[in-house]
Amino acid sequence: MMITPELMIAGVILIALMIYTLSAGADFGGGAWTLLASGRRAEDQRQLVDDAIGPIWEANHVWLILVVVLLFVCFPGAFAAVSTALHIPLTVMLIGIVLRGSAFAFLHVYTHAEQAHDPGPRRFSRIFAVASLITPITLGVTLGALSTGIHVDRTTGLVRTDFISEWLAPFPFAAGLFTLCLFAFLAAVYLANEAEDRELSDIFRRRALISAAVLSVTALLAFIAAGPGAPVIHAGLSSSGWALPLHLATGLAAVLAIVFLWQRRLLLARLAAMAQAALIVGGWAFAQYPYLVFPDFTIADAAAPSTVLVPVLIALGVGAVVLVPSLVYLYVIFKTRRRPGH
Amino acid sequence: MTDLLAARAQMAMSLAFHIIFAVVGMGMPLLMVLAERRFLRGRDPIDREMARRWARGTAIMFAVGAVSGTVLSFELGLLWPSFMAFAGPIIGMPFSLEGFAFFLEAIFLGIYLYGWDRVSPRAHWLAGVMVLLSGTASAAFVLCANAWMNTPQGFTLGPDGALQSVDLFAAMWNPAAIPEILHMTLAAYATIGFAVAGIHAFLLLRHPGDRFHRRALGLALAVGGVFACLQPLSGDLAAKHVAEYQPVKLAAMEGHWDTKQCAGLSLGGLPDETTETTPYALEIPCGLSFLAFGDPQAEVKGLKDFPIDQRPPVAITHIAFQIMVACGMAMMAVAALGAYLKLRGRDLAAPWFLRLLVLSAPLGLIALEAGWTVTEVGRQPWVIQGLMRTADAVTPMPHLIVPFTTFTLLYVVLGVTVVLLLTRKVFTAPEES
Repeated sequence: MMITPELMIAGVILIALMIYTLSAGADFGGGAWTLLASGRRAEDQRQLVDDAIGPIWEANHVWLILVVVLLFVCFPGAFAAVSTALHIPLTVMLIGIVLRGSAFAFLHVYTHAEQAHDPGPRRFSRIFAVASLITPITLGVTLGALSTGIHVDRTTGLVRTDFISEWLAPFPFAAGLFTLCLFAFLAAVYLANEAEDRELSDIFRRRALISAAVLSVTALLAFIAAGPGAPVIHAGLSSSGWALPLHLATGLAAVLAIVFLWQRRLLLARLAAMAQAALIVGGWAFAQYPYLVFPDFTIADAAAPSTVLVPVLIALGVGAVVLVPSLVYLYVIFKTRRRPGH
Repeated sequence: MTDLLAARAQMAMSLAFHIIFAVVGMGMPLLMVLAERRFLRGRDPIDREMARRWARGTAIMFAVGAVSGTVLSFELGLLWPSFMAFAGPIIGMPFSLEGFAFFLEAIFLGIYLYGWDRVSPRAHWLAGVMVLLSGTASAAFVLCANAWMNTPQGFTLGPDGALQSVDLFAAMWNPAAIPEILHMTLAAYATIGFAVAGIHAFLLLRHPGDRFHRRALGLALAVGGVFACLQPLSGDLAAKHVAEYQPVKLAAMEGHWDTKQCAGLSLGGLPDETTETTPYALEIPCGLSFLAFGDPQAEVKGLKDFPIDQRPPVAITHIAFQIMVACGMAMMAVAALGAYLKLRGRDLAAPWFLRLLVLSAPLGLIALEAGWTVTEVGRQPWVIQGLMRTADAVTPMPHLIVPFTTFTLLYVVLGVTVVLLLTRKVFTAPEES
């Protein structure tokens, strides 16, 4: 594998997707737990989610923008084909993004007491929670559809699509379900780690363990559906040279996360869960390689001229110098132990 | 409704909606930073309260701006895939940089909104300055991309018409970039200043003598007034630029049909594309030649010099331009009146002046929407001036009326909700001190 500019850009896109999964993914997962908040301490559960994602969700969301921008700048043909063929799931995903973000911001106009009892904020909380399910599912459907196949008409150079069959199939939906479960699992682990009181932490610890079990079932479903639905993924995950070590590493991280959750070593559980999620995203990307979109867009063929890629890479490097310290500053302020006094 | 029209309508509606929240993201940080700086200097709690309350409103607006901006970045591909397949790489630099600017804006806004008690006052103020700088930079980068659609350059095509090589910086700093950035940035600050001043004027009419609203009104009006009065300079630059690079757009803006020297400036009027005239206009002799080229005898090309299939919709462009200029003039007049009252030592909170400010509150927003109508409709039938027609860029996806209707309904509900929340929960909030 020679390191070309387009491969480096693809690597940046992959890293951005990983960080998006680990940060924004967990924010969406938090929405799922708001929906499932129950029992005597339901309100505290919702509040915990709220405090956890309040200051950071907008910054986390930008990773997705970065992915989209890099796609259309550096792989314009593939971007055009994907946004044509997957118009419908992408539109639904956008509606989810709009409703989730706005409902969350609207909710914050109210005081905590109002949020618990008034019908207005309750409605926003409900919209926030339901919309938090829509985006992970459609995101998974979209990523899954990249592997089922989007075809280009050789004579016209345009995408050949009926706008439906690329995504309305078992594998993309299995991928959607899997994405949702992964996000919910991450959120539960983070929340167990971030909760200050033991009882609340245990509620989310239990949920993290349950979602770990559900996650492995959906992973199996997706793998089975990939057999006929996404052979490139299936072959990559079952027979390539790196498949075994990758499975071992992912499995190890998954087992460690469960063990640490069990032992209530929650920071370690969090790190293991993050490693597991990052390996899953990486494994998907490696299975997909060298295709950006199967089968007509490989990373090399779909790339823009190098007069575009090289300056963009330089801009990314310069941007990172400003971005990384700022992000670290944000997380240090809000994720070091101390509950905000409202 | 054809699919092309539905796609254009969806794009126009999405942009018109987003632009309101985008200027809030540009303008409000300026007001908050100024108020907080006053607090850091004078330690008057009213100043801090001002920044805090403005921040509460900004939080909602910024969130809606972020998500509606996300919709736009996807819509570029969902609605105009052929345009993006060609132009995506060429306008890649401003969009990549915009990504970083938006990132910084979101990060420091999180710190600003949620960090009042978590960082030092000075660090908090600096976070606000970062929001201001990155918010304005982010807008400037997007404007570079839009400018490129008006004056495309910085690329070479191979014999097959495919993109061969790209000069990203030449594309980014295309001729329209600087005029668009200046004009829009000033517009954003002026718009927000007037809108906020109008809101506090309204609240002062209800609670006469309230010290908080008086001070907030003074600051907002000062910002709005200063930028409204600077705006004609950038407007002049933009007009001269359009005259040079997009003569057909200028002709449409002016409803100017016949090429001639000493061309008159039409005020008002209703362009008629069948008779190719602009009746009911008041004409200032040689005004257009002078404003466009700085020479009353200069020749200005008329619409009749361009084939019909290369002319933009004339009536919309002309009327939108007139509305924009009229609103801008009115804002300058109000600003001048305010300055006069202040210099004479008169009370800015006199009820008649407050009512005038309430009436002036939406002027900036109207001018902004009208101005964007001029830029975008005036570029038609091209999506990339002279290079790619809008009709050739649209997606083959059928039934585009469905997403158009869906997003319109969604945005109507969002818009109404935002207004209700701001009026019921933010503006009327009790003092927090």
